[in-house]
Amino acid sequence: MENLSRHYRTGTEVVAALDGVDLEIQRGEFIAIMGASGSGKSTMMNVLGCLDRPTGGKYYFEGHDVGKMDDDSRTRLRAGVFGFVFQQYNLLPRMNAIEQVELPLVYRKVKNRRVRAKQALVAVGLGDRMKHKPTEMSGGQQQRVAIARTLVVNPRVILADEPTGALDTRTGEEVMGILASLVREHGITVILVTHEQSVADHAERVVRMRDGKIVEDTRRPVWAVS
Amino acid sequence: MGRLVSIFDALRVAFRAIAANGLRSLLTTLGMVIGVGSVIVLIAVGQGAQKGVQDQIRGLGQDLIFIQPAATGGSANGGARGAAGGGQTLTKADADALAESGIVGLKGVAPQISAIAQVITSGGNQQVTVIGTTPGYPDVRGIEVAEGTFITDADVTKKTLNIVLGSEIAATLFPDGSAVGQKLRISVGPTNLNFTVIGVMQEKGGSGDGAADAYVYIPVSTIQARIGFNRNASGQVSVNQINLQAQPNANQDRLIADVTAFLIQRHEVTTADFTVKSQEDLLGASTQVSRTLSILLGSIAGISLIVGGIGVMNIMLVSVTERTREIGLRRAVGARAKDIVTQFVTEALALCIGGGLLGIAIGVGIAMGIDGRTIADQDMTTVIQPWSIFVAFGVAAGIGALSGSYPAFRASRLDPIQALRTE
Repeated sequence: MENLSRHYRTGTEVVAALDGVDLEIQRGEFIAIMGASGSGKSTMMNVLGCLDRPTGGKYYFEGHDVGKMDDDSRTRLRAGVFGFVFQQYNLLPRMNAIEQVELPLVYRKVKNRRVRAKQALVAVGLGDRMKHKPTEMSGGQQQRVAIARTLVVNPRVILADEPTGALDTRTGEEVMGILASLVREHGITVILVTHEQSVADHAERVVRMRDGKIVEDTRRPVWAVS
Repeated sequence: MGRLVSIFDALRVAFRAIAANGLRSLLTTLGMVIGVGSVIVLIAVGQGAQKGVQDQIRGLGQDLIFIQPAATGGSANGGARGAAGGGQTLTKADADALAESGIVGLKGVAPQISAIAQVITSGGNQQVTVIGTTPGYPDVRGIEVAEGTFITDADVTKKTLNIVLGSEIAATLFPDGSAVGQKLRISVGPTNLNFTVIGVMQEKGGSGDGAADAYVYIPVSTIQARIGFNRNASGQVSVNQINLQAQPNANQDRLIADVTAFLIQRHEVTTADFTVKSQEDLLGASTQVSRTLSILLGSIAGISLIVGGIGVMNIMLVSVTERTREIGLRRAVGARAKDIVTQFVTEALALCIGGGLLGIAIGVGIAMGIDGRTIADQDMTTVIQPWSIFVAFGVAAGIGALSGSYPAFRASRLDPIQALRTE
């Protein structure tokens, strides 16, 4: 079944972004990883998303040892399973919203790209901004484009690195609402990295990190999720 | 997932990236445009020069063979070494003997003595080349009489003061009407002679031996008797050159060997005191010269192509650095290393092929534009070689692939997460 477990341990590195971390994440969880900057939370997310490889220890995704995969296999896994939302949105400046959302589909040889991209944009409430370029949109809209771009490939896991970091509180809430609904309605696992307690409060499980170690792992009742 | 992104998608991304940096792409492409264009133009110029020289040699006549005195002055009077063609070993008697020798494949014989002379007119003096020859000359050299007659056997026998003009000199001296029957005063050294024009030759034009249009022809006996040319030891007046015409389809090598043997025997020498050269020999020599020229020009153009390619590679490297974040993002959303390679190679190829096509258009345009024009007193002839277009274009595309692949490789090796962190 969808048993995502991972075990990561840095070796003898002087700067150990992650230092002997054990963590198991279940399918459909909404988990927030919290910590001050430099606590290793971003590194953790990169490893989880198969962008980065552990220098020691093991990371199993659905039973496969990611550390032993080559670059292409990891790209395939990344492309097939994970969606990313970044703090800086990471939109390409020259493309309009619909092209941004189509981008992942280009690398998956998907048909009906335009239709699916439109559906994803409508799902994040940007049906009327399809032809806008990033510079013509607010931060919240840009972040929603980024989420749509993630959503369009039907990911099983969404990794969000400080998704509200560059947004004001109100737009941040909107974005969090969208992420929470993905968990509820689509059963997508959302892993959120943040240093804001108010943002982490949206999640049903909060993992606190310090100096590359997990110092706290709290589960809260599902009804507490906004 | 085995396939790469479609060519269409790769091209779309490439053109978008090229368009986004319009001016920079244009300047980069300029290197390829100039490279490809100059290959085409310079090879066309080189080939044009070759064709020009060949036309000139062919225009001398058909199946021509030239006998000239040896430069090493084998003259019987034991004089100092003469200048090239300055020897005195050939005589009109040699020419007459050759004409009656019955050597197989020999069609016509015409000796000639050339001299520089002044035509004295009321408007001043004009320099001309005087050719003293026999009635066989027009046939051998492939020229024809336009008006009147050429020098006849009677003229040669009687050493008459009759003269035949080339078309250009005739038009210059007698612009108002027919030259035939007109009088002409010619001065060679201390001698002044009054000639009567008996004929005008047809124009040979620039494509052939255009210089012949400015020649004047008089009987070979007249130049020998009146102007007093060098006599050799046996008292014979020597000639500058004997022109032979081979039968069409004659074995020229055999003919040259026969003529050489005949004259060696006649001159009673052991080694030839003259040289025999066919038109093909002259063609061969000139072809070699102009081929060297073509190679030189082609190499220069090739270097500019390579320089253009380096420019493309440089810009692609800059582009990879600039677009590190974009590369990281594409990797994050599912692009494989191969997809990134494809993207950047496609971009470099598009730049080079675009530049190549533009270079072909401009190169062909320039080559056609300068064809037939006079640049720096040179009549330019260009011959556009189709192969030069294909080679230049192929090299441009090859350079594109090559100069794109290293930056593309670098791009594909970027760690996605590092790339994304780059500000």
